[in-house]
Amino acid sequence: MPGTIPIALTVNGAPVSRAVEPRLNLVDFLRIDLGLTGTHVGCEHGVCGACTLLLDGDMVRGCLVLAVQADGAVVETIEGLSERGALRRLQDAFLARNALQCGFCTPGMLIAAAALLAQDPAPSRDAIRAHLSGNYCRCTGYHAIIDAVEAAAAKP
Amino acid sequence: MTAPPFSPFDRPNSYIGRSVPRPNARRLLAGRGQFTDDVQFARLTHVAFLRSPHAHARIRGLDLNAAKAAPGVIVIATGADLARLCRPWVGTLTHFAGLKSPPQYPLAIDRVVWRGEPVVAAVAATRALAEDALELVVVDWEELPAVADMETALDPATSVIHPEFGDNKAFSLHLESGAVDQAFAAAHQVIEAEWHFGRHTAVSLEPRTMVAQFDPSEQRLTVFQSTQTPYQMQDVYARHLGLSDAQVRVVAKDVGGSFGMKLHVYGDEMATAALSMMLGRPVKFVADRLESFVSDIHARDHRVKARVAVTADGEITAFAVDDLTGIGPFSAYPRTSAVEGNQVIRLIGGPYRHRHYRADLKVVFQNKNIMSQYRAVGHPIACAVTEAMVDLAAASVGLDPVELRRRNMLTDDMYPYTSPTGFVFERLSHHQCLDRLVGHMDYESLRAEQERLRRHGVFRGIGIAAYIEITNPGPAFYGVGGARISAQDGCILKLEPSGQVRCLVSVTEQGQGTETAMAQVAASVLGIPLDAVRVVTGDTEVTPHGGATWASRGAGIGGETVLRAARALRDNILALAGTILQAHADTLDIRDGLIVDADGGRERMALAELARIAFFRPDTLPPDFQPEMTVARHHVPRGQPFAFTNGIQAAHVEVEIETGFIKLLKHWVVDDCGRVINPQLVDEQIRGGVVQGIGAALFEECIYGADGQMQNGTLADYLVPMAGEMPDIVVDHVSTPTVYSELGAKGVGEAGTAASAAAVLNAVNDALRPLGARVTTIPLTPDRVLAALGKLDA
Repeated sequence: MPGTIPIALTVNGAPVSRAVEPRLNLVDFLRIDLGLTGTHVGCEHGVCGACTLLLDGDMVRGCLVLAVQADGAVVETIEGLSERGALRRLQDAFLARNALQCGFCTPGMLIAAAALLAQDPAPSRDAIRAHLSGNYCRCTGYHAIIDAVEAAAAKP
Repeated sequence: MTAPPFSPFDRPNSYIGRSVPRPNARRLLAGRGQFTDDVQFARLTHVAFLRSPHAHARIRGLDLNAAKAAPGVIVIATGADLARLCRPWVGTLTHFAGLKSPPQYPLAIDRVVWRGEPVVAAVAATRALAEDALELVVVDWEELPAVADMETALDPATSVIHPEFGDNKAFSLHLESGAVDQAFAAAHQVIEAEWHFGRHTAVSLEPRTMVAQFDPSEQRLTVFQSTQTPYQMQDVYARHLGLSDAQVRVVAKDVGGSFGMKLHVYGDEMATAALSMMLGRPVKFVADRLESFVSDIHARDHRVKARVAVTADGEITAFAVDDLTGIGPFSAYPRTSAVEGNQVIRLIGGPYRHRHYRADLKVVFQNKNIMSQYRAVGHPIACAVTEAMVDLAAASVGLDPVELRRRNMLTDDMYPYTSPTGFVFERLSHHQCLDRLVGHMDYESLRAEQERLRRHGVFRGIGIAAYIEITNPGPAFYGVGGARISAQDGCILKLEPSGQVRCLVSVTEQGQGTETAMAQVAASVLGIPLDAVRVVTGDTEVTPHGGATWASRGAGIGGETVLRAARALRDNILALAGTILQAHADTLDIRDGLIVDADGGRERMALAELARIAFFRPDTLPPDFQPEMTVARHHVPRGQPFAFTNGIQAAHVEVEIETGFIKLLKHWVVDDCGRVINPQLVDEQIRGGVVQGIGAALFEECIYGADGQMQNGTLADYLVPMAGEMPDIVVDHVSTPTVYSELGAKGVGEAGTAASAAAVLNAVNDALRPLGARVTTIPLTPDRVLAALGKLDA
């Protein structure tokens, strides 16, 4: 049984210290150790995008980062981003357009869409489709998601 | 004075037919969903499974000593251990005469029959520790020959997977109607082709997940499960674990996609429930993505040989088909793996007028993962075979594919119509749908553009696919064959002291918007604001027993159930209002949560005031009057076994002939699901369904080697549709409500998937036609396109 390593990081604005196994990935750390269950686990090999979160402001896959790699970092999840209103325009647009069905991909999809709008405030439909191509949604067929991101971008 | 005839559909405050947002979407958007893996439990344990690495092998011995001694391990269990706690199951039903399947146990005993079959369970303090322990299990395997290829499964030289059956045939069926041989003999053209459809799988983003919690002090089992069918699972757990259904509660929290995959009985899930009973503690099982690929049911896997007879003026007179399908080593429980093939051969030719039909179905066992029902069961195969053959028929007599369909589709004066396979169509709208589709596409312009671009070496194709869909199934689907799967649904409606209403309904939510649609029906019938209705689903302890959500039945059956309950509650409310207000009940109405005069709409009292009197001051009512503020109603479809819907789809594609890559340019759907409760939810069901079908058409395939090993069981190797490759999808509706319910709603959950692969297949072959090439296998991968073009060996 491997030993544990102490880590200290900021999660959704609050300082967090824990001792973790080296093999623990960041998404499991957030979900199991911190109870932040809004970040989902879909494939555990970096393909589906369900575990998308922000690490020092960059969009990353929570399943491809070890918790120990987040030592000293600033992590933001769907819970924190929602509570500080960072996703409101997108969330409103997703609701109005029914751009989610089961909702399992939605936290990752919102964070990926927000990352796009941060770089490009008025992306084309093709650009939205290309940017979201790392986030798998089995329910919607994507059309409504593209519409919603387009609508959120058009809002002041 | 009498109230005007009551209709919930044309009232000022009707929500039926309106695109209202889903009240339950807000928390999903905020990361506050409650999927099964998100629920917290005291003393939780975790199970992981050692799965067979072989397609077929004997277990000569198991050495569990090191695993049992591993850190954090609570128990290591084998198939023999769990067979003592769980009775085996057999995936047959009596209405599929001759269907065979052997008993199946939670974990393999002595022998494994597919790669991925669970063999040993490790329960430990964490999932990681359980997996660590499984690394220490030593199995002495004796590999046996694997039956992988369904084409040779019935050959005498092929080994027999279940020797007690004598061969590898699970089921066969022959259908014959009319004078088929004469029709082919008299035909101007007979077209023959063979079509292949790969295996694929549901790939719900949330994998199968459950937590079973047995409380020995009360002898009660509570299962939190990501399932479509909590009532079916309650019955299964009770019967197979030696409990009564009163001792079993199944709760479906948020379900992260299901698509027909999360309604079958899986050995690992039965093992999880049995382990919880063994330990008296909660046990969690979450399938990881790799085990999902080898243990979630697979779908399709057909080879269909088809012939069609055509007259000189383009009339299709006969179809004859031969479907071979492989289902893995077992027929799935409790719905069987015969339904898929049965529906394929009964649906082929569905939109058309031919009177001569012959079909042969053979369902065979293989050493592969189990195949069973997945979204649009059988429909995509039937539709693709039919529509591909119709396109070949059109080409054979020099007619445009649209024109040939016009000449052969059932017409409005033919209903009710009984198809050659015995299906009864109450009323369909094929020609209206076709006309709308052609208009949306600007078909003539697309054809002109196609011609122009071909001269520049750009190969675009247009594919059309008409379909019928089985929805709102009654007991003919499963109940008549002995399955304990409810055909009826139930609803409890309660007026609460606040004047708001709680709706407990047996249909379930997996994101399609069931709860919203049920709220719309209840609010419309009751005459109250939508946000005054709270819908509760998915808990066998709380909601009435019912069928739940599958086979496109939620809106049609669940909606009618809620309508009936709401009408009863409305009558009770108005009876009480009449008593309080000393007026005849039929002079009163409920509008926007207020009791009003039916004539003129003058406000008389708020529902909250009525509820206050009913609950807290019944002493002010006449002594013989008992307010009844809770009602329950059930509904089962009567009058026809299914409510058929219809529609038509079109795909516009461009094929890059140097690389074989296919670009989807646009997709159109015109669907007729009867009365539409929420247009936006319906459109998104269709769009999502279309893209699942496109996945099957272009990307998705469970690739197996001759040794029965699945070779692409990761999400990096098994390709699913992503946003970048998918087109915009135009959706329109024709509405032909069923007269067998007041609501008139038919199902829509599978229509998109039913025909999109067929449309894409036809579009690709339309693009390739001037090059003399045709692809006959889906998924239409670039290598298959290049092989069809003669640029690559097949």
